Amino acid sequence: MSTATTTPAPVMPARHFLNDNYGIRSWLLTKDHKRIAILYLLSITVFFFIGGIFAALIRLHLLTPNGELFSADTYNRLFTMHGVNMIFFFLIPSVPAVIGNFVLPIMVGTKDLAFPKINLLSWYLYIGGATFSIIAMVSGGVDTGWTFYAPLSSGYLRGHVVLMAVGILIVGFSSIFTGLNFIVTVHRMRAPGMTWGRLPLFVWSNYAASLIMVLGTPVIAITLTLLALERGFHIGIFDPKLGGDPVLFQHMFWFYSHPAVYIMILPGMGVISEIVPCFSRKRIFGYAFVAFSSIAIAVFGFVVWAHHMFVAGISVYSALVFSLLSYAVAIPSAVKVFNWTATMYKGSVQMDTPMLYAMAFIGLFTIGGLTGLFLAALGLDIHIHDTYFVVAHFHYVMVGGMVTAYMGGLHFWWPKMTGRMYPEVPAKLAAIVTFIGFNLTFFPQFILGYMGMPRRYWAYPPEFQVLNVLSTAGASILSVGFILPLFYFLWSLKYGEVAGNNPWKATGLEWETTSPPPTHNFHQIPIVTKDPYAYGEEEEEVPVVH
Amino acid sequence: MSTSQTTTTEHHPALAHQFDSMEQQQDASTFGMWVFLLTEIMMFGGLFTAYLIYRIKYYPAFVAGSTSISVIWGFINTLVLICSSFTMAMAVWSAQTSRRKLQIWFLIGTMILGSVFLGIKAKEYYDKYDECHIPGLGHQIIGKPFNTTGGCSATDSKLGNISKEIRDHAAESHEEVSKESADQTADQTQIFFSFYFAMTGLHAFHMIIGLGLLTWLLMRATRGHFDSQYYTPMELGGLYWHFVDIVWIFLFPLLYLISRHKGGA
Amino acid sequence: MNLNFPIFPDQASSMAWHVDALYLFLVLLTTFFSVLIAVLILYFAIKYRRRPGHVAQQIHGSTLLEIIWTVIPLGISMVIFVWGAALYYHMERPPANALEIYGVGKQWMWKFQHPGGQREINTLHVPTGRDVKVTLISQDVIHSFFVPAFRVKQDVLPNRYVFTWFRATVPGTYHLFCSQYCGTKHSGMVGSVIVMTPEDYATWLASGKAEGSLASLGEKAFQQYGCTTCHRPDSGARGPNLEGLYGRPVRLTDNRVVLADDNYIRESILEPNAKVVSGFQSIMPTFRGVVSEDEIMAITEYIKHLAPQESNPLNNRTTPTQIRDSEVPNIQQQNKQQNEQQQQQSPQGTRPANPSGKKP
Repeated sequence: MSTATTTPAPVMPARHFLNDNYGIRSWLLTKDHKRIAILYLLSITVFFFIGGIFAALIRLHLLTPNGELFSADTYNRLFTMHGVNMIFFFLIPSVPAVIGNFVLPIMVGTKDLAFPKINLLSWYLYIGGATFSIIAMVSGGVDTGWTFYAPLSSGYLRGHVVLMAVGILIVGFSSIFTGLNFIVTVHRMRAPGMTWGRLPLFVWSNYAASLIMVLGTPVIAITLTLLALERGFHIGIFDPKLGGDPVLFQHMFWFYSHPAVYIMILPGMGVISEIVPCFSRKRIFGYAFVAFSSIAIAVFGFVVWAHHMFVAGISVYSALVFSLLSYAVAIPSAVKVFNWTATMYKGSVQMDTPMLYAMAFIGLFTIGGLTGLFLAALGLDIHIHDTYFVVAHFHYVMVGGMVTAYMGGLHFWWPKMTGRMYPEVPAKLAAIVTFIGFNLTFFPQFILGYMGMPRRYWAYPPEFQVLNVLSTAGASILSVGFILPLFYFLWSLKYGEVAGNNPWKATGLEWETTSPPPTHNFHQIPIVTKDPYAYGEEEEEVPVVH
Repeated sequence: MSTSQTTTTEHHPALAHQFDSMEQQQDASTFGMWVFLLTEIMMFGGLFTAYLIYRIKYYPAFVAGSTSISVIWGFINTLVLICSSFTMAMAVWSAQTSRRKLQIWFLIGTMILGSVFLGIKAKEYYDKYDECHIPGLGHQIIGKPFNTTGGCSATDSKLGNISKEIRDHAAESHEEVSKESADQTADQTQIFFSFYFAMTGLHAFHMIIGLGLLTWLLMRATRGHFDSQYYTPMELGGLYWHFVDIVWIFLFPLLYLISRHKGGA
Repeated sequence: MNLNFPIFPDQASSMAWHVDALYLFLVLLTTFFSVLIAVLILYFAIKYRRRPGHVAQQIHGSTLLEIIWTVIPLGISMVIFVWGAALYYHMERPPANALEIYGVGKQWMWKFQHPGGQREINTLHVPTGRDVKVTLISQDVIHSFFVPAFRVKQDVLPNRYVFTWFRATVPGTYHLFCSQYCGTKHSGMVGSVIVMTPEDYATWLASGKAEGSLASLGEKAFQQYGCTTCHRPDSGARGPNLEGLYGRPVRLTDNRVVLADDNYIRESILEPNAKVVSGFQSIMPTFRGVVSEDEIMAITEYIKHLAPQESNPLNNRTTPTQIRDSEVPNIQQQNKQQNEQQQQQSPQGTRPANPSGKKP
């Protein structure tokens, strides 16, 4: 891939971060944020497909009401490992560790993240945690549910809870170090002229997510440590039989795990804030509002955790407070959706693949966000809590939102990462198939949830079967939408058109350097003189840096 | 490894390629350390919160547990750590003022004090083992099962009978506490000891990491890496060490001091 | 596969309509905004599609618009909040004078005990038109009591009592689910709630093989465990007199005031020294691991039925030190409510007369 193709227009740069150095050592010991991003990309893709296989098996099992495919024990392990892998090993690192790692330093105009060795350490911690997870999986798995509720997990189940807890603990530190690196880089490494008001919104949202990573993750670390200690040494922290309090576990767990959903969604929102202006050829509508709404989400996100516990026996008054605060966190999300929509107004919209994903994101995230209002409404949450309604809501935000944004971002920056374009036709097809498959999979689950089907059920009453079959049918379509990109991305590495520095004619420092960028990102550190998203001016000047 | 040379020509050998200047490098590194310490605060914070919640829930048991651990050793350890913070600060100062020999001696002093702390902690842990105060309900983890009501195979059989201590204390204030009741409270000190070991254990783990860091700093210091131009690692090591000390400053009163019985062991 | 599938759950309780109203309001709201956003996006994408000669018109933003689309969602969400909170407040506070049923969750079954002593496993018979309060506890892990047709759900904790209540309206058989994942056979921890007309319910109660009322079972346990040795009404007793205790505020040795409710009684049996009544020594041994949850429930029921004896003044040393109503206003409220409940209950005769007159 180091030589240019015959096309006369864009030419592959002679030297870039991919061909600067060869050999396994040059990858495994790299301190280059871009190579580390590629390492992350490969590893989280593996976990995405492992988690995806679990999901497929779950949906297959739920075709029939009486639990005929797997035993209840196996089924419980399947949904636990689907949750653990997808959340801790795919969603949390997805946009920050892959796309963020790759483009964030270039966006702020620096040669690397502030601490390249710590960045590499993050990846090794990820791999370390992943190894524990894989050992736990192949030696029989865990059947606690990804929430690890005590005392079930600490005293009653036989799965490898401690192994999995250690894995999550380690991968947590990977995420802490990524967040730390981002925060310091954004604060201290910006190029001359790159003021806070000129930071791309992708940087803002990753910055907000990093705050959560740094402040929230240590709490889950200590919680899981206590859980593992209780399980291993029978000391009483959470198990009432030993004098502990199981509700305390839920408080501590959700203190991290609720903000963690914002770790997952905020960077995705950042991706959308990049794509929408670019493909509308327009400045983002209300830059300051979109930027500050990210920070607002991060801050409010820390004070809403008990909305997962409205029926867990907390006091009526604390439930009222947490419900109120949960509505507070909904507002900044709504502001973002309106701003993205307004950005398209009077634009010049081109529906390339990233834009299709972005539009899908806005629609699906709107539904996901609005169904969150159902769950925050106290009286209504009593009925739909722990039902498929929650499952559907969560997947609308996490798959319809985050995975869609991740796919959109991957397509958007793929030419920057590899120097080559993905093929447009199969990519558009995949985006549309994903959208259709996704809705067919998860929309019926809202109805199932309101009907009262509890989540994590191995067998269910027969009247729920039709909706479950619809959902499984959707999942099979959805899987096509996710497998297709795997093939054409690989194909494009060799046969894709050479992209050139800026195939989308986008603004942002990452588009001013070559594709793929040189090892130190810029041949000369740029000086920023323009506002972000200065679309409409690019016709006059063509920034080319050699 | 690093794939190509930076374009900057002359700079301090310790300047990493991604930074423009030593100032930026030091600034970023210090800032990063503070962010990391924030993470640490949240981690200990979670544990402290859980401790406080159970302290309220099992107040008599926590008082009895506090009374049973040695405030004298805890106090000595506090002094040791405060001294080590002083020597650490001096080591950083020596580096900032390019005093090469001095920084080495202060680092060694800090390491000795840190090791003394861990030694005393190990002694305290052994005492708990000897008194059968290692928690774990009915599970014999390390040799002796948990027992706070006497009958433990401690070298001194008078040691560690928390139940008796509770009754003695009650008798002093002319209250009647039945043996069953005192036994039950003594049993609940398991939760106190769970937290005692979790909190001091996590702290000791940080101390061990700190000693590792100091060893690394010592190796670099002996090679003369630090001077007034470049002392960032020394400063960061100092920040970390002080943080670990401050955690102990919170642990000591929480575990050893608050609401002890008068005249407890 | 049954193709005739419902998409809306049965409505079989007085609350169902209220919850559904909020649900349908939110469905309308969600549909409105989702369609609005979708239509706008598609309209903009087509109307302003990229084509020769068409140039984007740069707009930086509009503070007015930002304020509008901050304030409007805020207003709407406050409406939802208040609506949901009002429902919740209503659903979380069991009305006085409800029929009290005790339930125990364990891996993987539900056990219920009726006041008359009838026991059921995985089925629960309730009458229509009567408030039913279910007091729940778990023997092992956290479970959750979920009856979709009633729109009620409550996590069942292993260390304290929780409550839920409903008033069934339509006779029929409805699903009872455990909705909190509780281990291997979580999905097998299901049962049915059978709602009957009051007449059928009375017939069913009469047909049940009860060994005696729950309170009388509690009395047996109370004597069996030797509680009467100390908890006597005479002045030399070593433990507080329990007559008339239930639902009253109690002053503790450390001068705190607590309400003697189900959880207090349970805690006092399992951890007697946690909250010792003022004027008494902490001499009671724990009964943890000795009494079962069922027995604690029965004993609680028995204590509830111990009426205050007119002959014994309440303020003697043997009763929990009473608090003057004016001292603690909120306790006063609960106290009054409790008194009303007792007064209402007495004439109905649901409460057995002082069980067997064993008092000294």
